[in-house]
Amino acid sequence: MKARVHVMLKDGVLDPQGEAVRHALGTLGFEGVTGVRQGKVIELNLAESDPAKAEAAVRAMCEKLLANAVIEKFSIELVGEIA
Amino acid sequence: MRAAVITYPGSNCDRDLARAFDLAGFEVAKVWHKETQLPAGTDVVGVPGGFSYGDYLRCGAIAARSAISPAVAAHAARGGYVLGVCNGFQVLTEMGLLPGALLRNAGLKYVCRVVGLTVATTDSAFTADYDPGVVIPVPIAHHDGNYTADAATLDRLEADDRVAFRYADNPNGSARDIAGILSENRRVLGMMPHPERRFEAAHGGTEGAALFRALLGQMAPA
Repeated sequence: MKARVHVMLKDGVLDPQGEAVRHALGTLGFEGVTGVRQGKVIELNLAESDPAKAEAAVRAMCEKLLANAVIEKFSIELVGEIA
Repeated sequence: MRAAVITYPGSNCDRDLARAFDLAGFEVAKVWHKETQLPAGTDVVGVPGGFSYGDYLRCGAIAARSAISPAVAAHAARGGYVLGVCNGFQVLTEMGLLPGALLRNAGLKYVCRVVGLTVATTDSAFTADYDPGVVIPVPIAHHDGNYTADAATLDRLEADDRVAFRYADNPNGSARDIAGILSENRRVLGMMPHPERRFEAAHGGTEGAALFRALLGQMAPA
């Protein structure tokens, strides 16, 4: 089973990189971009085949290492078997 | 007094930090991150600057989960002293020994220069020998030194007089100009500036030396 973890800065935490990207888009002529937030995507290949167990395990991984709860939030997406 | 300085893969200020402890009069041991115990009788643990694990995932995140970390946490829990500088500060926040986190500098640039640092409290073994409110020049060299915490945490840090140092001219966007903070028992200090790089005359000034010397003189047994 494969899991995809999205890690984003929490709302309210300033994201200087996102801001720089927003400015750059404006410079390129893309108008109307009122906000950019930059995060990370982490893909995991898991031996576990039970979705509930896989999600619980990935949640524990997020809490322990993959995300810093002080500044970041995360979401987990199970994307099934990889071909 | 015994100091133990940890080296992670990617640490680059571990020798500087060990030398500063040594010059201040500590007996210094170097500890590899794969060790699971600190040398017997360790009074202070130095967590050095650098780029542990290449700053992968988040600065300090992987070092904070390395084999030596439980021993450092246990040392702090029993009242031992810990000094984390730069990447070491990031590691201590990732370990949860200090509150908050260090984000990318607000200006997005790596900043490497000498900055003015205001001694915000002298109520700690680290800062006891400075004059209250004095501004000392200390080098910074970091990309992720933008201290952040929620408003309640910042309020509590200030109310408890746990802000050790503030930037005289904020170089990185840190909340409330915070450059270094103390733990609740005032024995764990994390700071982005490098006092060990302002120790000897050849560094351009010796203002950082008082931190290490004060620590040696003021340490209470753990």
